[in-house]
Amino acid sequence: QSTLVVAEHDNNALTPITLSAITAAKKLGGDVSCLVAGHNCSKVVEELTKASGVTKILVADSDALVGFLPERLAPIVLASQNQFNYTHIVAGASALGKSLLPRVAAQLDVSPISDIIEVKAPDTFVRSIYAGNALMTLKSKDAVKVITVRGTSFEPAELSGGSAGSEPLPVSDLPLDMSQFIGQELSKSDRPELTAAKTVVSGGRGMKSGENFEMLYKLADKLNAAVGASRAAVDAGFVPNDMQVGQTGKIVAPELYIAVGISGAIQHLAGMKDSKTIVAINKDPEAPIFQVADLGLVADLFKAVPEMIEKV
Amino acid sequence: MSLKVLVGVKRVIDYAVKIRVRPDKLGVVTDGVKHSMNPFDEIAIEEAVRLKEKKIAKEVIAVSCGPAQAQETIRTALAMGADRGIHVEVPAKEMEKLEPLHVSKILAKLVEKEGGDLLIVGKQAIDDDTNATAQMTASLLNWPQATFASEIKKTDGELEVTREIDGGLESIKVKLPAVVSADLRLNEPRYATLPNIMKAKKKKIQKMKPGDLSVDVTPHLEVVEVLDPPVREAGIKVDDVEGLVTKLKEAGRI
Repeated sequence: QSTLVVAEHDNNALTPITLSAITAAKKLGGDVSCLVAGHNCSKVVEELTKASGVTKILVADSDALVGFLPERLAPIVLASQNQFNYTHIVAGASALGKSLLPRVAAQLDVSPISDIIEVKAPDTFVRSIYAGNALMTLKSKDAVKVITVRGTSFEPAELSGGSAGSEPLPVSDLPLDMSQFIGQELSKSDRPELTAAKTVVSGGRGMKSGENFEMLYKLADKLNAAVGASRAAVDAGFVPNDMQVGQTGKIVAPELYIAVGISGAIQHLAGMKDSKTIVAINKDPEAPIFQVADLGLVADLFKAVPEMIEKV
Repeated sequence: MSLKVLVGVKRVIDYAVKIRVRPDKLGVVTDGVKHSMNPFDEIAIEEAVRLKEKKIAKEVIAVSCGPAQAQETIRTALAMGADRGIHVEVPAKEMEKLEPLHVSKILAKLVEKEGGDLLIVGKQAIDDDTNATAQMTASLLNWPQATFASEIKKTDGELEVTREIDGGLESIKVKLPAVVSADLRLNEPRYATLPNIMKAKKKKIQKMKPGDLSVDVTPHLEVVEVLDPPVREAGIKVDDVEGLVTKLKEAGRI
Protein backbone atom coordinates (compact mmCIF):
# COMPACT_ATOMS: atom_id res chain seq x y z
CA GLN A 1 0.00 0.00 0.00
CA SER A 2 1.53 3.31 -1.10
CA THR A 3 0.26 6.60 -2.43
CA LEU A 4 1.62 9.19 -4.83
CA VAL A 5 0.31 12.71 -4.26
CA VAL A 6 0.70 15.02 -7.23
CA ALA A 7 1.68 18.35 -5.66
CA GLU A 8 0.17 21.53 -7.07
CA HIS A 9 2.25 24.69 -6.88
CA ASP A 10 3.37 27.76 -8.81
CA ASN A 11 7.09 26.85 -8.69
CA ASN A 12 7.46 29.06 -5.60
CA ALA A 13 4.93 27.75 -3.11
CA LEU A 14 2.55 24.86 -2.66
CA THR A 15 -1.12 25.41 -3.40
CA PRO A 16 -3.05 24.80 -0.14
CA ILE A 17 -5.16 22.01 -1.66
CA THR A 18 -2.00 19.87 -1.88
CA LEU A 19 -1.86 19.72 1.90
CA SER A 20 -5.46 18.51 1.99
CA ALA A 21 -4.59 15.87 -0.59
CA ILE A 22 -1.71 14.72 1.66
CA THR A 23 -4.13 14.37 4.58
CA ALA A 24 -6.43 12.23 2.43
CA ALA A 25 -3.42 10.17 1.32
CA LYS A 26 -2.44 9.53 4.95
CA LYS A 27 -5.97 8.24 5.62
CA LEU A 28 -5.45 5.62 2.91
CA GLY A 29 -2.61 4.10 4.94
CA GLY A 30 0.84 3.15 3.71
CA ASP A 31 3.70 5.31 2.48
CA VAL A 32 2.99 8.74 1.04
CA SER A 33 5.26 10.10 -1.70
CA CYS A 34 4.83 13.40 -3.49
CA LEU A 35 5.57 14.38 -7.05
CA VAL A 36 6.73 17.93 -7.63
CA ALA A 37 6.82 18.63 -11.36
CA GLY A 38 7.63 22.11 -12.56
CA HIS A 39 10.45 24.43 -13.50
CA ASN A 40 12.89 25.86 -10.96
CA CYS A 41 10.68 24.44 -8.26
CA SER A 42 13.30 23.72 -5.57
CA LYS A 43 11.55 26.06 -3.10
CA VAL A 44 8.44 23.92 -3.35
CA VAL A 45 10.46 20.78 -2.74
CA GLU A 46 12.03 22.41 0.30
CA GLU A 47 8.59 23.41 1.63
CA LEU A 48 7.24 19.94 1.08
CA THR A 49 10.18 18.29 2.84
CA LYS A 50 8.69 19.62 6.07
CA ALA A 51 5.26 18.06 5.52
CA SER A 52 4.56 15.49 8.19
CA GLY A 53 3.85 12.01 6.88
CA VAL A 54 5.54 12.42 3.51
CA THR A 55 8.37 9.92 3.06
CA LYS A 56 9.71 10.72 -0.39
CA ILE A 57 9.56 13.54 -2.92
CA LEU A 58 10.02 12.88 -6.61
CA VAL A 59 11.18 15.93 -8.51
CA ALA A 60 10.71 16.53 -12.23
CA ASP A 61 12.25 19.87 -13.12
CA SER A 62 12.22 21.02 -16.72
CA ASP A 63 11.43 24.13 -18.73
CA ALA A 64 9.01 21.94 -20.67
CA LEU A 65 6.80 21.97 -17.57
CA VAL A 66 6.15 25.71 -17.58
CA GLY A 67 2.38 26.08 -17.58
CA PHE A 68 1.79 22.58 -16.16
CA LEU A 69 0.23 21.23 -19.34
CA PRO A 70 -1.56 17.90 -18.67
CA GLU A 71 -0.22 16.40 -21.92
CA ARG A 72 3.29 16.73 -20.46
CA LEU A 73 2.52 16.04 -16.80
CA ALA A 74 0.60 12.82 -17.44
CA PRO A 75 3.63 10.94 -18.87
CA ILE A 76 5.64 11.97 -15.80
CA VAL A 77 2.99 10.67 -13.42
CA LEU A 78 2.80 7.46 -15.45
CA ALA A 79 6.59 7.05 -15.39
CA SER A 80 6.52 7.40 -11.58
CA GLN A 81 3.73 4.85 -11.43
CA ASN A 82 5.68 2.39 -13.62
CA GLN A 83 8.72 2.71 -11.43
CA PHE A 84 7.13 2.56 -7.97
CA ASN A 85 3.77 0.75 -8.48
CA TYR A 86 1.66 2.90 -6.18
CA THR A 87 -1.73 1.61 -5.10
CA HIS A 88 -3.17 5.13 -5.10
CA ILE A 89 -2.54 8.29 -7.11
CA VAL A 90 -4.06 11.38 -5.50
CA ALA A 91 -4.35 15.07 -6.33
CA GLY A 92 -6.48 17.99 -5.23
CA ALA A 93 -9.77 18.44 -7.08
CA SER A 94 -8.59 21.77 -8.51
CA ALA A 95 -8.60 22.87 -12.14
CA LEU A 96 -5.17 21.23 -12.45
CA GLY A 97 -5.97 17.99 -10.63
CA LYS A 98 -9.22 17.55 -12.53
CA SER A 99 -7.45 18.10 -15.85
CA LEU A 100 -4.57 15.79 -15.13
CA LEU A 101 -5.70 12.72 -13.19
CA PRO A 102 -8.38 11.45 -15.59
CA ARG A 103 -5.76 11.63 -18.34
CA VAL A 104 -3.53 9.42 -16.20
CA ALA A 105 -6.39 7.09 -15.23
CA ALA A 106 -7.38 6.35 -18.83
CA GLN A 107 -3.82 5.21 -19.60
CA LEU A 108 -3.97 2.85 -16.63
CA ASP A 109 -7.46 1.64 -17.66
CA VAL A 110 -8.80 2.80 -14.31
CA SER A 111 -12.06 4.60 -13.49
CA PRO A 112 -11.04 7.82 -11.74
CA ILE A 113 -12.88 8.89 -8.62
CA SER A 114 -13.44 12.63 -8.61
CA ASP A 115 -13.71 15.10 -5.79
CA ILE A 116 -14.00 12.74 -2.82
CA ILE A 117 -15.15 14.14 0.53
CA GLU A 118 -14.33 11.13 2.71
CA VAL A 119 -12.10 8.04 2.78
CA LYS A 120 -14.04 5.08 4.24
CA ALA A 121 -11.46 2.43 3.40
CA PRO A 122 -8.50 2.22 1.02
CA ASP A 123 -10.94 1.21 -1.74
CA THR A 124 -14.11 2.94 -0.55
CA PHE A 125 -14.84 6.64 -0.86
CA VAL A 126 -17.68 9.13 -0.46
CA ARG A 127 -18.37 11.79 -3.07
CA SER A 128 -21.23 14.13 -3.71
CA ILE A 129 -23.42 13.79 -6.78
CA TYR A 130 -26.21 15.95 -8.21
CA ALA A 131 -24.61 19.17 -6.96
CA GLY A 132 -24.42 17.88 -3.42
CA ASN A 133 -28.04 16.75 -3.30
CA ALA A 134 -26.98 13.16 -2.66
CA LEU A 135 -23.88 11.49 -1.28
CA MET A 136 -22.57 8.36 -2.95
CA THR A 137 -20.31 5.81 -1.32
CA LEU A 138 -18.47 3.75 -3.88
CA LYS A 139 -15.95 1.00 -3.95
CA SER A 140 -13.25 0.78 -6.57
CA LYS A 141 -12.32 -2.60 -8.02
CA ASP A 142 -9.30 -1.18 -9.84
CA ALA A 143 -5.81 -2.25 -8.75
CA VAL A 144 -4.70 1.39 -8.78
CA LYS A 145 -7.07 4.02 -7.41
CA VAL A 146 -6.88 7.41 -9.08
CA ILE A 147 -8.53 10.02 -6.88
CA THR A 148 -9.04 13.76 -6.66
CA VAL A 149 -9.80 15.24 -3.26
CA ARG A 150 -12.11 18.10 -2.28
CA GLY A 151 -9.87 20.54 -0.41
CA THR A 152 -12.50 21.72 2.05
CA SER A 153 -13.24 18.18 3.22
CA PHE A 154 -9.74 17.36 4.52
CA GLU A 155 -7.75 19.41 7.02
CA PRO A 156 -4.42 20.58 5.56
CA ALA A 157 -1.42 18.46 6.61
CA GLU A 158 1.07 20.29 8.83
CA LEU A 159 4.22 21.67 7.30
CA SER A 160 6.36 20.64 10.23
CA GLY A 161 8.00 17.54 11.59
CA GLY A 162 8.59 15.98 8.20
CA SER A 163 11.94 14.86 6.86
CA ALA A 164 11.27 13.51 3.39
CA GLY A 165 14.18 12.96 1.07
CA SER A 166 13.93 13.98 -2.55
CA GLU A 167 15.10 12.30 -5.74
CA PRO A 168 15.08 13.55 -9.31
CA LEU A 169 12.95 11.94 -12.00
CA PRO A 170 14.25 11.86 -15.54
CA VAL A 171 12.16 14.06 -17.83
CA SER A 172 12.30 13.01 -21.46
CA ASP A 173 10.15 12.21 -24.47
CA LEU A 174 7.40 14.64 -23.50
CA PRO A 175 4.92 15.42 -26.31
CA LEU A 176 6.04 19.02 -26.74
CA ASP A 177 4.20 19.71 -29.99
CA MET A 178 0.73 18.74 -28.76
CA SER A 179 -0.04 21.78 -26.68
CA GLN A 180 1.49 25.08 -25.73
CA PHE A 181 1.08 27.30 -22.70
CA ILE A 182 0.54 30.96 -23.63
CA GLY A 183 -0.21 32.67 -20.34
CA GLN A 184 -2.44 33.26 -17.37
CA GLU A 185 -4.49 36.17 -16.22
CA LEU A 186 -4.96 35.70 -12.53
CA SER A 187 -7.21 38.00 -10.57
CA LYS A 188 -4.94 39.94 -8.25
CA SER A 189 -6.08 40.71 -4.77
CA ASP A 190 -4.58 41.33 -1.35
CA ARG A 191 -7.48 39.49 0.22
CA PRO A 192 -7.20 35.81 1.10
CA GLU A 193 -7.91 33.27 -1.61
CA LEU A 194 -11.59 32.28 -1.74
CA THR A 195 -11.19 28.56 -1.08
CA ALA A 196 -8.61 29.06 1.69
CA ALA A 197 -10.15 32.01 3.58
CA LYS A 198 -11.45 31.59 7.15
CA THR A 199 -14.18 34.12 6.42
CA VAL A 200 -16.03 34.68 3.16
CA VAL A 201 -18.40 37.53 2.34
CA SER A 202 -20.54 36.83 -0.74
CA GLY A 203 -22.94 38.99 -2.68
CA GLY A 204 -25.85 38.00 -4.88
CA ARG A 205 -28.28 39.56 -7.30
CA GLY A 206 -29.55 41.74 -4.43
CA MET A 207 -26.32 43.77 -4.68
CA LYS A 208 -27.86 45.31 -7.82
CA SER A 209 -24.51 46.39 -9.39
CA GLY A 210 -20.78 45.76 -9.49
CA GLU A 211 -20.13 49.16 -7.86
CA ASN A 212 -22.18 48.11 -4.85
CA PHE A 213 -19.75 45.24 -4.25
CA GLU A 214 -17.38 47.95 -2.91
CA MET A 215 -19.13 47.76 0.43
CA LEU A 216 -18.57 44.00 0.56
CA TYR A 217 -14.86 44.57 -0.12
CA LYS A 218 -14.82 47.06 2.78
CA LEU A 219 -16.54 44.62 5.10
CA ALA A 220 -14.21 41.84 3.91
CA ASP A 221 -11.13 43.94 4.62
CA LYS A 222 -12.33 44.55 8.17
CA LEU A 223 -12.86 40.82 8.67
CA ASN A 224 -9.77 39.67 6.72
CA ALA A 225 -12.21 37.85 4.47
CA ALA A 226 -12.36 36.77 0.84
CA VAL A 227 -15.20 38.00 -1.35
CA GLY A 228 -17.37 35.63 -3.34
CA ALA A 229 -20.55 35.88 -5.37
CA SER A 230 -23.54 33.85 -6.42
CA ARG A 231 -23.94 32.70 -10.00
CA ALA A 232 -26.75 35.24 -10.42
CA ALA A 233 -24.33 38.06 -9.55
CA VAL A 234 -21.71 36.69 -11.94
CA ASP A 235 -24.22 36.17 -14.75
CA ALA A 236 -25.50 39.72 -14.25
CA GLY A 237 -21.93 40.89 -14.87
CA PHE A 238 -21.40 42.43 -11.41
CA VAL A 239 -18.16 40.53 -10.75
CA PRO A 240 -15.84 38.14 -12.61
CA ASN A 241 -16.51 34.45 -12.85
CA ASP A 242 -13.65 33.34 -10.61
CA MET A 243 -15.56 34.81 -7.65
CA GLN A 244 -18.45 32.42 -8.14
CA VAL A 245 -19.31 30.16 -5.21
CA GLY A 246 -21.49 27.19 -6.07
CA GLN A 247 -21.60 23.81 -7.72
CA THR A 248 -20.26 25.14 -11.01
CA GLY A 249 -17.94 27.62 -9.31
CA LYS A 250 -15.84 27.23 -6.18
CA ILE A 251 -16.68 25.03 -3.22
CA VAL A 252 -15.90 26.82 0.05
CA ALA A 253 -16.22 25.80 3.69
CA PRO A 254 -14.94 28.71 5.80
CA GLU A 255 -15.54 29.21 9.50
CA LEU A 256 -17.83 32.13 8.71
CA TYR A 257 -19.83 32.64 5.51
CA ILE A 258 -21.81 35.86 5.16
CA ALA A 259 -24.36 35.74 2.32
CA VAL A 260 -25.54 39.20 1.37
CA GLY A 261 -28.49 39.60 -0.98
CA ILE A 262 -28.28 35.95 -1.97
CA SER A 263 -31.57 34.06 -2.23
CA GLY A 264 -29.96 30.64 -1.80
CA ALA A 265 -30.49 28.73 -5.05
CA ILE A 266 -29.64 25.04 -4.77
CA GLN A 267 -26.50 25.52 -6.92
CA HIS A 268 -25.21 28.16 -4.53
CA LEU A 269 -25.97 26.15 -1.38
CA ALA A 270 -23.98 23.25 -2.85
CA GLY A 271 -20.92 25.48 -2.84
CA MET A 272 -21.09 26.79 0.73
CA LYS A 273 -23.31 24.68 2.95
CA ASP A 274 -20.37 23.05 4.73
CA SER A 275 -19.34 26.43 6.18
CA LYS A 276 -19.23 26.32 9.97
CA THR A 277 -21.34 29.42 10.61
CA ILE A 278 -23.61 30.83 7.92
CA VAL A 279 -25.01 34.35 8.15
CA ALA A 280 -27.69 35.55 5.74
CA ILE A 281 -28.68 39.16 5.19
CA ASN A 282 -31.67 39.46 2.88
CA LYS A 283 -34.76 41.62 2.81
CA ASP A 284 -36.98 38.71 1.74
CA PRO A 285 -37.87 36.69 4.86
CA GLU A 286 -38.92 33.76 2.64
CA ALA A 287 -35.53 33.46 0.90
CA PRO A 288 -34.33 29.81 1.01
CA ILE A 289 -30.93 30.95 2.30
CA PHE A 290 -32.56 31.41 5.72
CA GLN A 291 -33.24 27.66 5.84
CA VAL A 292 -29.52 26.97 6.10
CA ALA A 293 -28.38 30.11 7.92
CA ASP A 294 -27.30 29.92 11.56
CA LEU A 295 -27.91 33.63 11.93
CA GLY A 296 -30.44 35.38 9.74
CA LEU A 297 -31.06 39.09 9.46
CA VAL A 298 -34.09 40.22 7.50
CA ALA A 299 -33.01 43.69 6.45
CA ASP A 300 -32.18 45.99 3.57
CA LEU A 301 -28.57 45.14 2.82
CA PHE A 302 -27.82 48.72 1.76
CA LYS A 303 -28.49 49.77 5.35
CA ALA A 304 -27.26 46.65 7.16
CA VAL A 305 -23.85 46.27 5.49
CA PRO A 306 -22.63 49.85 6.13
CA GLU A 307 -23.79 49.51 9.73
CA MET A 308 -21.94 46.24 10.04
CA ILE A 309 -18.75 47.81 8.64
CA GLU A 310 -18.94 50.34 11.49
CA LYS A 311 -19.67 47.83 14.22
CA VAL A 312 -17.18 45.02 13.54
CA MET B 1 -9.04 22.38 -43.28
CA SER B 2 -12.70 22.10 -42.48
CA LEU B 3 -13.31 20.10 -39.34
CA LYS B 4 -15.45 17.07 -38.67
CA VAL B 5 -16.73 17.64 -35.15
CA LEU B 6 -18.22 15.07 -32.78
CA VAL B 7 -20.11 16.22 -29.72
CA GLY B 8 -21.03 14.07 -26.72
CA VAL B 9 -24.48 14.78 -25.29
CA LYS B 10 -25.81 13.14 -22.13
CA ARG B 11 -29.41 12.78 -21.03
CA VAL B 12 -29.65 13.73 -17.36
CA ILE B 13 -32.30 14.61 -14.81
CA ASP B 14 -33.31 18.23 -15.50
CA TYR B 15 -31.32 20.72 -13.43
CA ALA B 16 -34.46 22.19 -11.87
CA VAL B 17 -35.77 18.87 -10.52
CA LYS B 18 -35.47 18.19 -6.79
CA ILE B 19 -33.38 15.04 -6.46
CA ARG B 20 -34.82 12.19 -4.36
CA VAL B 21 -32.77 9.25 -3.16
CA ARG B 22 -34.30 5.86 -4.02
CA PRO B 23 -35.69 3.73 -1.16
CA ASP B 24 -33.10 1.01 -1.94
CA LYS B 25 -30.38 3.62 -1.31
CA LEU B 26 -28.50 2.65 -4.44
CA GLY B 27 -29.42 5.55 -6.67
CA VAL B 28 -31.84 8.39 -7.17
CA VAL B 29 -35.43 8.30 -8.42
CA THR B 30 -35.48 8.65 -12.22
CA ASP B 31 -38.90 7.20 -13.14
CA GLY B 32 -41.41 9.86 -14.10
CA VAL B 33 -38.80 12.57 -13.60
CA LYS B 34 -38.16 15.25 -16.22
CA HIS B 35 -34.90 14.74 -18.11
CA SER B 36 -33.00 17.13 -20.38
CA MET B 37 -29.70 17.46 -22.13
CA ASN B 38 -26.83 18.05 -19.71
CA PRO B 39 -26.51 21.88 -19.68
CA PHE B 40 -22.75 21.80 -20.34
CA ASP B 41 -23.38 19.56 -23.37
CA GLU B 42 -25.85 22.12 -24.75
CA ILE B 43 -22.98 24.58 -24.67
CA ALA B 44 -20.79 22.01 -26.44
CA ILE B 45 -23.35 21.53 -29.23
CA GLU B 46 -23.86 25.27 -29.57
CA GLU B 47 -20.11 25.78 -30.00
CA ALA B 48 -19.91 23.06 -32.65
CA VAL B 49 -22.86 24.53 -34.55
CA ARG B 50 -21.26 27.99 -34.43
CA LEU B 51 -18.04 26.51 -35.84
CA LYS B 52 -20.12 25.13 -38.68
CA GLU B 53 -21.82 28.48 -39.25
CA LYS B 54 -18.36 30.07 -39.46
CA LYS B 55 -17.40 27.36 -41.99
CA ILE B 56 -14.68 26.12 -39.66
CA ALA B 57 -16.55 22.83 -39.26
CA LYS B 58 -17.99 20.85 -42.14
CA GLU B 59 -20.07 18.39 -40.16
CA VAL B 60 -21.38 18.11 -36.59
CA ILE B 61 -22.26 14.68 -35.23
CA ALA B 62 -24.10 14.37 -31.90
CA VAL B 63 -23.37 11.21 -29.93
CA SER B 64 -25.24 9.92 -26.91
CA CYS B 65 -24.94 6.75 -24.84
CA GLY B 66 -28.08 5.73 -23.04
CA PRO B 67 -31.51 4.10 -23.13
CA ALA B 68 -34.09 4.62 -25.90
CA GLN B 69 -34.91 8.10 -24.55
CA ALA B 70 -31.35 9.26 -25.29
CA GLN B 71 -32.68 9.66 -28.84
CA GLU B 72 -34.70 12.64 -27.62
CA THR B 73 -31.48 14.23 -26.43
CA ILE B 74 -29.90 13.60 -29.82
CA ARG B 75 -32.99 15.09 -31.51
CA THR B 76 -32.55 18.23 -29.43
CA ALA B 77 -28.95 18.45 -30.64
CA LEU B 78 -30.12 17.95 -34.22
CA ALA B 79 -32.73 20.68 -33.78
CA MET B 80 -29.98 23.00 -32.54
CA GLY B 81 -28.08 22.37 -35.76
CA ALA B 82 -26.12 19.12 -35.57
CA ASP B 83 -26.15 17.24 -38.88
CA ARG B 84 -26.66 13.70 -37.71
CA GLY B 85 -26.67 11.55 -34.62
CA ILE B 86 -25.21 8.34 -33.26
CA HIS B 87 -27.08 6.57 -30.50
CA VAL B 88 -25.06 4.02 -28.57
CA GLU B 89 -27.79 1.98 -26.92
CA VAL B 90 -27.29 1.18 -23.26
CA PRO B 91 -30.39 -0.06 -21.40
CA ALA B 92 -31.49 2.00 -18.37
CA LYS B 93 -30.35 -0.66 -15.87
CA GLU B 94 -26.86 -0.83 -17.40
CA MET B 95 -26.73 2.93 -17.84
CA GLU B 96 -26.58 3.29 -14.05
CA LYS B 97 -23.33 1.37 -14.13
CA LEU B 98 -21.86 3.00 -17.22
CA GLU B 99 -18.83 4.96 -16.06
CA PRO B 100 -17.13 7.95 -17.71
CA LEU B 101 -14.25 5.58 -18.58
CA HIS B 102 -16.64 3.45 -20.68
CA VAL B 103 -18.13 6.50 -22.35
CA SER B 104 -14.62 7.76 -23.14
CA LYS B 105 -13.76 4.45 -24.79
CA ILE B 106 -16.96 4.59 -26.84
CA LEU B 107 -16.31 8.21 -27.88
CA ALA B 108 -12.68 7.46 -28.76
CA LYS B 109 -13.74 4.53 -30.97
CA LEU B 110 -16.39 6.64 -32.70
CA VAL B 111 -13.98 9.51 -33.28
CA GLU B 112 -11.56 7.06 -34.90
CA LYS B 113 -14.28 5.40 -36.95
CA GLU B 114 -15.65 8.72 -38.20
CA GLY B 115 -12.25 10.29 -38.74
CA GLY B 116 -13.14 13.23 -36.49
CA ASP B 117 -10.87 16.25 -36.05
CA LEU B 118 -12.43 17.68 -32.92
CA LEU B 119 -14.48 16.31 -30.02
CA ILE B 120 -16.40 18.74 -27.82
CA VAL B 121 -18.15 17.64 -24.62
CA GLY B 122 -19.49 19.46 -21.58
CA LYS B 123 -16.94 19.80 -18.78
CA GLN B 124 -19.08 17.67 -16.51
CA ALA B 125 -22.49 16.04 -16.35
CA ILE B 126 -24.74 17.46 -13.66
CA ASP B 127 -25.76 13.99 -12.47
CA ASP B 128 -22.50 12.29 -11.46
CA ASP B 129 -20.45 15.54 -11.46
CA THR B 130 -17.35 13.56 -12.46
CA ASN B 131 -15.62 15.92 -14.90
CA ALA B 132 -13.40 13.36 -16.61
CA THR B 133 -14.79 12.28 -19.99
CA ALA B 134 -13.00 14.89 -22.13
CA GLN B 135 -9.67 14.25 -20.43
CA MET B 136 -9.93 10.46 -20.68
CA THR B 137 -11.06 10.49 -24.31
CA ALA B 138 -8.14 12.77 -25.21
CA SER B 139 -5.83 10.43 -23.34
CA LEU B 140 -7.13 7.32 -25.14
CA LEU B 141 -6.79 9.03 -28.52
CA ASN B 142 -3.40 10.47 -27.56
CA TRP B 143 -4.76 13.91 -28.44
CA PRO B 144 -4.29 17.19 -26.58
CA GLN B 145 -7.10 18.45 -24.37
CA ALA B 146 -8.45 21.93 -23.73
CA THR B 147 -10.63 21.60 -20.67
CA PHE B 148 -13.00 24.18 -19.11
CA ALA B 149 -12.97 26.30 -22.27
CA SER B 150 -14.53 29.75 -22.19
CA GLU B 151 -13.33 30.83 -25.64
CA ILE B 152 -12.14 28.95 -28.73
CA LYS B 153 -10.37 30.45 -31.73
CA LYS B 154 -9.10 28.41 -34.65
CA THR B 155 -5.78 29.29 -36.14
CA ASP B 156 -3.82 27.29 -38.68
CA GLY B 157 -4.04 23.67 -37.58
CA GLU B 158 -4.45 24.73 -33.97
CA LEU B 159 -7.02 25.95 -31.51
CA GLU B 160 -6.30 28.84 -29.22
CA VAL B 161 -8.37 28.25 -26.11
CA THR B 162 -9.08 30.36 -23.05
CA ARG B 163 -9.61 28.15 -20.01
CA GLU B 164 -11.32 28.89 -16.72
CA ILE B 165 -8.89 27.94 -13.97
CA ASP B 166 -9.06 28.44 -10.20
CA GLY B 167 -7.55 31.91 -9.95
CA GLY B 168 -8.69 33.36 -13.28
CA LEU B 169 -8.10 32.54 -16.93
CA GLU B 170 -5.44 30.69 -18.86
CA SER B 171 -4.58 30.69 -22.56
CA ILE B 172 -3.23 27.64 -24.31
CA LYS B 173 -2.82 26.37 -27.84
CA VAL B 174 -3.64 22.81 -28.77
CA LYS B 175 -2.76 21.15 -32.03
CA LEU B 176 -5.62 19.59 -33.97
CA PRO B 177 -7.03 16.98 -33.69
CA ALA B 178 -8.04 17.79 -30.11
CA VAL B 179 -10.67 17.40 -27.40
CA VAL B 180 -12.38 20.43 -25.83
CA SER B 181 -14.56 20.51 -22.73
CA ALA B 182 -17.06 23.36 -22.54
CA ASP B 183 -17.39 25.56 -19.47
CA LEU B 184 -20.36 27.76 -18.63
CA ARG B 185 -19.21 30.95 -20.27
CA LEU B 186 -18.21 29.52 -23.65
CA ASN B 187 -21.52 30.64 -25.19
CA GLU B 188 -25.26 30.85 -24.59
CA PRO B 189 -26.98 27.93 -26.27
CA ARG B 190 -29.81 28.77 -28.64
CA TYR B 191 -33.34 27.46 -28.32
CA ALA B 192 -34.41 25.13 -31.08
CA THR B 193 -37.05 26.79 -33.26
CA LEU B 194 -40.14 24.89 -34.39
CA PRO B 195 -39.02 24.71 -38.06
CA ASN B 196 -35.68 23.34 -36.92
CA ILE B 197 -37.37 20.82 -34.64
CA MET B 198 -39.39 19.66 -37.66
CA LYS B 199 -36.26 19.48 -39.82
CA ALA B 200 -34.44 17.54 -37.13
CA LYS B 201 -37.01 14.74 -37.41
CA LYS B 202 -35.68 13.97 -40.87
CA LYS B 203 -32.04 13.86 -39.85
CA LYS B 204 -30.44 10.44 -39.42
CA ILE B 205 -29.65 8.77 -36.13
CA GLN B 206 -27.48 5.70 -36.45
CA LYS B 207 -27.92 3.07 -33.73
CA MET B 208 -25.27 0.79 -32.31
CA LYS B 209 -24.23 -1.00 -29.15
CA PRO B 210 -21.02 -0.70 -27.10
CA GLY B 211 -20.17 -4.24 -28.28
CA ASP B 212 -20.28 -3.08 -31.93
CA LEU B 213 -17.35 -0.84 -31.05
CA SER B 214 -15.65 -3.66 -29.05
CA VAL B 215 -15.96 -1.64 -25.85
CA ASP B 216 -16.17 -3.69 -22.67
CA VAL B 217 -18.54 -2.02 -20.20
CA THR B 218 -17.75 -4.15 -17.15
CA PRO B 219 -18.01 -1.86 -14.09
CA HIS B 220 -14.84 -0.76 -12.32
CA LEU B 221 -16.80 0.86 -9.52
CA GLU B 222 -19.48 -0.51 -7.23
CA VAL B 223 -22.10 1.72 -5.63
CA VAL B 224 -22.22 0.87 -1.92
CA GLU B 225 -24.92 3.37 -1.01
CA VAL B 226 -26.51 6.66 -1.93
CA LEU B 227 -27.78 8.83 0.89
CA ASP B 228 -29.35 12.22 1.43
CA PRO B 229 -26.81 14.80 2.54
CA PRO B 230 -26.97 15.76 6.23
CA VAL B 231 -29.70 18.32 6.79
CA ARG B 232 -28.57 21.67 8.03
CA GLU B 233 -30.94 23.02 10.66
CA ALA B 234 -32.05 26.61 10.26
CA GLY B 235 -30.68 28.75 13.07
CA ILE B 236 -32.14 31.86 14.57
CA LYS B 237 -33.17 35.24 13.26
CA VAL B 238 -31.57 38.31 14.81
CA ASP B 239 -33.42 41.63 15.00
CA ASP B 240 -30.69 43.99 13.89
CA VAL B 241 -27.02 44.40 12.97
CA GLU B 242 -26.18 44.97 16.65
CA GLY B 243 -27.62 41.55 17.52
CA LEU B 244 -25.81 39.91 14.61
CA VAL B 245 -22.42 41.36 15.53
CA THR B 246 -22.92 40.43 19.20
CA LYS B 247 -23.74 36.81 18.33
CA LEU B 248 -20.77 36.52 16.00
CA LYS B 249 -18.44 37.92 18.64
CA GLU B 250 -19.85 35.52 21.26
CA ALA B 251 -19.21 32.61 18.90
CA GLY B 252 -15.66 33.84 18.32
CA ARG B 253 -16.26 34.12 14.58
CA ILE B 254 -15.21 37.78 14.37
